[in-house]
Formats: sequence, C-alpha cells, structure tokens
Amino acid sequence: MVGIDAKGWHYRELNETIWKAVGEGENEIIVENVCGQRYIGAGLKRKVKILLNGVPGNDLGAFMDGPEIVVYGNCQDGVGNTMNSGKIVIHGCAGDILGYSMRGGQIYVKGHAGYRVGIHMKAYKERYPVIVVGGFVRDFLGEYMAGGLILILGLERDEDGNVTGDFVGTGMHGGEIFVRGPVEERKLGKEVKIFEPTIDDMNRVTPYVKEFCDLFGYNFEEVMSEKFVLLKPYTHRPYGRLYAY
Amino acid sequence: MAKGKIPPEFLVERDDYKCVRCLACVRLCSYGANYYDENAKRVYTENRKCVGCHFCEAMCPTEAITVMRNPFEIKPLAHWTSEHLIDIMKQAETGGVLLTSMGNDRPYFSYFDRIVLNASQVTNPSIDPLREPMEVRTYLGRKQMKLDLEEDEEGRVLLKTEIAPQLKLEVPVMFSAMSYGSISLNAMLSLAEAAKTVGTYFNTGEGGLPKELKRYGSNMIVQVASGRFGVNVDYLNAGSAVEIKIGQGAKPGIGGHLPGEKVTEAISETRMIPVGTDALSPAPHHDIYSIEDLRQLIYAIKEATRYEKPVGVKIAAVHNVAPIAAGMVRAGADYIVIDGIRGGTGAAPKVTRDHVGIPIEFAVAVVDQRLREEGIRHMASVVVAGGIRNSADVIKAIALGADAVYIGTAALVALGCHLCQRCYLGKCNWGIATQDPKLTKRLNPEIGARRLVNLLRAWEHEIKEILGGMGINAIESLRGNRDMLRGVGLHEYELKLLGIKPAGEAW
Repeated sequence: MVGIDAKGWHYRELNETIWKAVGEGENEIIVENVCGQRYIGAGLKRKVKILLNGVPGNDLGAFMDGPEIVVYGNCQDGVGNTMNSGKIVIHGCAGDILGYSMRGGQIYVKGHAGYRVGIHMKAYKERYPVIVVGGFVRDFLGEYMAGGLILILGLERDEDGNVTGDFVGTGMHGGEIFVRGPVEERKLGKEVKIFEPTIDDMNRVTPYVKEFCDLFGYNFEEVMSEKFVLLKPYTHRPYGRLYAY
Repeated sequence: MAKGKIPPEFLVERDDYKCVRCLACVRLCSYGANYYDENAKRVYTENRKCVGCHFCEAMCPTEAITVMRNPFEIKPLAHWTSEHLIDIMKQAETGGVLLTSMGNDRPYFSYFDRIVLNASQVTNPSIDPLREPMEVRTYLGRKQMKLDLEEDEEGRVLLKTEIAPQLKLEVPVMFSAMSYGSISLNAMLSLAEAAKTVGTYFNTGEGGLPKELKRYGSNMIVQVASGRFGVNVDYLNAGSAVEIKIGQGAKPGIGGHLPGEKVTEAISETRMIPVGTDALSPAPHHDIYSIEDLRQLIYAIKEATRYEKPVGVKIAAVHNVAPIAAGMVRAGADYIVIDGIRGGTGAAPKVTRDHVGIPIEFAVAVVDQRLREEGIRHMASVVVAGGIRNSADVIKAIALGADAVYIGTAALVALGCHLCQRCYLGKCNWGIATQDPKLTKRLNPEIGARRLVNLLRAWEHEIKEILGGMGINAIESLRGNRDMLRGVGLHEYELKLLGIKPAGEAW
C-alpha cells in the first residue's frame, strides 16, 4: 500500500506517480487531497485498487482496463469514459456523460448523476458494462445505448421529484435500463418502450442492487420493495428504413 | 409503378462477333446485371442493374464488352439534369434519404486546376534530382520554438530539449482513414504493406483494428471517433499515432451508421459490438462540445499512451475552419487534418456530401495563414485531404501550407476502383468496398501493395522534378511557399484568400 498527497499537484505529476507505483507492483494506492486532477487511472491495465479522498477531475478512469477506483467525494464529468473493465465506486455524485462508450466493468454512484449517463454504452462477448446510480439522473439517459445495463434507483429525487430527465434512451438500440419507480411515457425517446420486468429480468438486476446496498449501506429489502420498470428498444434497427438506394 | 421506372444510367454493349460465350461476365457481376439466354445462345445485360464499375469490361478476355453512359436516359436539360430527375423519382418511390459513396463530384470550381507552379530561369539555378540530393522526407508532430543544447565533458554537443513524438514520412503522402467494414481486409493489407515499404502511414479509420494488421503498427495511425468502436488501451497503443476524428470532408457535421446486416462476425470482432447490431457513430463526440473539451480528450489519450505518441485531430473543412484549427492546435493536437469538400466516404447522404463544406484549397490556405499569424504554426503539422488526384495537387497543397497530404480515393483507384460510387451497397466487384469473400479474393494484397508503392514512387519522382525545377532541394522549403504559386483566371478576393498572386505578376 502506498499513500500519495496530491495537494496542489498538477494531474501530470499525480498520474505519473500513480503509474510509477502501479509499475512497481503496488496493489493499493491511497491518494489524499484530490482536487480536480484529471485522468486519474486513465489507461491503467493492471488490477490495482486506487482510493481517492477528495474530488477527482474529468475523465476519471478513462480507457481503464482492470483497476478498482473508490472515490470518497463527488466526481466530475466523463467518469469511466471508454472504460474496458474494472470498477468505479463513487461515495457521492457524478457529473455528465458517466460511462461514455463504456464496454465493460461497473460504476456505482451513491448519489445522483448528470446528463447523458451511459451514452453509447455497448456490450461485447464477455464484456458487460453496468452503471448503478442511487439517486436521480438528468436528460438523455442511455442515449445511443447499444448494450449493457443501467440501473437508476431513485433513492433521491431531483427538485421536482423526478428520477430521470427527458429523452430517456434516445437512439437506444441495445441493452437495458431499469428504473426503480415510475417513468412517464412522455419522457422516453422514440426508440424505447416501457416493459414490466419479468422474474428473469429482475434476477439479472438483483446482484447489482445487492452490491450497491452493501457498498453504501442501504437496506436491500427496502430498496427492492418498490416496483422497477424496464426500458428497452423495441427495434434493433431504428433507422432501417431511412435511406433510398 | 411505371411512374417510378428509372431509366438505366449505363448501356452495356456487347460485340457479338467477339463474344466467345465464356460467360465470365455473367459469373463475375455481383449486381447480377449480365445473363445468358439459353435459347438465343447469347449474353445479354439488364442495363438497369449496371452501376458502371467496368469490371466485366476489364475482365472480358476478347474485349467484347463496352460499358457506356446512356446518352439519352432522360431529355438532356441543363437545369433539370437526369441526375436530378432520377433522384426525385427514387425519393418519390421510397421516401428515403439518398445514399451515395466516394467523393463529391459536383462541378464546383477546382482551384488546384487554376493554380500554376513556378520554375527557375537564369536568375537562380534549377536542380536535377537525378544527380543531386533532394529531400522529400518530412516529420509530423509538434516542433519546438527553440532547441537548448549542452556540452558534455568530452565537448560533444547534446540536445537538451525534449522533442515531442514525431511521425517520419519518407514521402509527404499518407493513406486516409478507411475503416475495416467500409473496405475489405485485403484492401487494408494492401495499404498497410505499401505504407511499410515506402515509409509512410495508413490509417485504420474508426472501425477498430483487425488482428491481421497489428504487425503494421509502426506504419499505422489508429483513429478514435465518436462511436469509440474497438477503442481500448491496446488499440490506442497499437499504432504510431492516435487520430481523433471529429469529421470528414464527405459528411461534415453528421454521424455514421453501419447497418446491422453489415456487422458480420469479423466486423463485430474489430468494432467490439455484437453481431447484427447497428453501429451508430453519434454526430458529435458527446464529451466534446468545445475546444476545452477537445483538449480533454487529447490529453486523456496522451495520458493513456504515456505521451509516447502524437495525437492528431481530423475535421472537415467548414466555413469557420481557420479559427477552429487554431483552437485545435492550442488544445494540444500534434497534427491536424483538414478534409475538404471533395473527400470520399464509404456511405453518406448525397445532400451532405454534395453541398456541405468548402474546397480544400481555401481551407489549407486560411488555416496556414491563421496559424502563422497566431505564431503557433510550429506547434502542429497540417495534413490536407479531400480530392488529391496527382503529384501536382500534392505540391500545390504543400505550397499553400500543408505539411503532408492524405489520399484515399487515389489509393483506391490504384487498387482497381472505377469510382462507380456504390460502396454503400457492399457489393464492390473490385473487391475493395465489400466483405463478401467471393469478391474480396479478387483483390490480391501483394499486387495491391505493389500498385500503391508504384503510385507513391511515381509521385515522389514527379515531386522531386518539380522541386528541382523550382530550385528547391527539400519539401519542407516548399511548405507555405506561396511565391511558387500563381493563379489563373481567379478573382481578386479568391487570390487574396489563397494568398497567391495572379499569373504574370512578378515577386
């Protein structure tokens, strides 16, 4: 285990130090006083645990392939951008484009998240990306989504009592979004429909809810007591008839 | 239905005296245009199915076939050309967006064709490149304003300044981004092998990296587009540089869409998406809404690749290209690519391809000028793309301010392409823009590579001849050297934008 104090550091200095520690075979790295440094964990390929105290900057864990990052604080935009595998746990809230183009791994957010959560997420073979948000999310949830799983628990609502924003699943053509609590039809993008989850569907979701509750100290039974809805595209070819040949 | 009956664009004429009934044309046409009539014992063509790729004509052993344009498809009017009428018919029939491929062919003014080059006479000697050294090598990447040197104990002078990573080009011509999916693996292998032989680069495009190309890493640029297909750390590190694709000349401002039926097992593997799902590239990168955001992605990639590779950014040439380019350079791009209105594509809506963007000649001139004015021209190299047809275009582009050019269409023509502009159908008879194994095997990568090497070598010779004639012995001395250019038949404001004088005006 190695401790790093990032106070006043530029991201390049901090990331260089983290890369060096990872290269030297450290398995656990604790960084104190993180304050806006970007790209922490970006491109790291080894299974290593990074604990961050503070607020990391944009693109946390971008292109990451394997590490586990735990943030004791809020996050900014682009968490898990194009992430391949690994795990990010945020004991706070996250900004926009959480998990942009994520192909694998898991992101757990205790609080709420911003706009375009899970945009262009896609699954591939054994890679299956999962995003769990405890609170609410803003507009364009799961935009262009092509695979994987997004779970919005709505344990916290926005100022108007919403769990999601508008345009949910616009351009979505694969994957699934589960929302705990009702979602109004008018909020959906034209490519998705609301389905009632089957027992099989719920079995797919419960391990992640369980994990969320264990991570952040929620009562699993209580969280599961409310109804979930499943949002998924009703066609895999939303633009099939768009062109003249 | 008769209303929607579209007249054939081409007529396939067959000289019956020459035809030996080998039926090669019947077997070969992937569009099924040619057929044999058992009763008449003659070969016929359904002209309506012909796309004008000239494959049967090229393959006919007795030269019995002539593919020609149907001269009177519809009444030849000046404003309402048959192209317009046919497009209307197609849309009235289907209600769809017209798709097309390759580059814009509208008769916009070609400024390259209105620019002439200089040569030395009397007052300065020209150089004979056959007997005197001539440098066409160039390096792409960030250059330093000044170099700090230091001396070691033995008095040797050492370079103290850290040099940013560079791409070394033996000729100032690279192969444009063309993804696996838009072109065949054999086409990509041809480009890769040729790039390796000549000492230049090919570009994977935005469709990920087929494993067969991994060994060409030292001559490869990998591209990252908004869909992030096939992008992971290994991919970013697989090539010699990473290029962020914001846009392309054939379709500025719009995203891409590879239909699910084209996502086969092999394509799914490189794009890293399940078989049969649509591959949608959003119009913008949704993590880039500003120059500051672009900087963020550039540095995310630099961080992930440990600052070992140049990171470039490609945009389509649009009205505001110069300030955007300046922003890209300030955002940290090591090289920028400007793709003009004639840039090619595997598939694009016709209305976008034909009407959006600006000619590359203006774009490169104003970008180079702007970067110089801001004192940041050395901070990034400028690569120009979009309709470069020959060595003269290369020279003119460099003299207008480019460091190097990308060629896509010209490279495909070297591989057999006849510009029928039907890449989007995926049935390319020449084995280039298709994934059908029966068709792709028609393109032998060894022969393809040889033809591409020939093309680049020929251009290299011609570039050296022209440079020698100008009395210049290095391509880098030509960059932005607009005194070597003169305009013919151009308006004053056009000359001003291009930064060149009219023909006849001395220094």
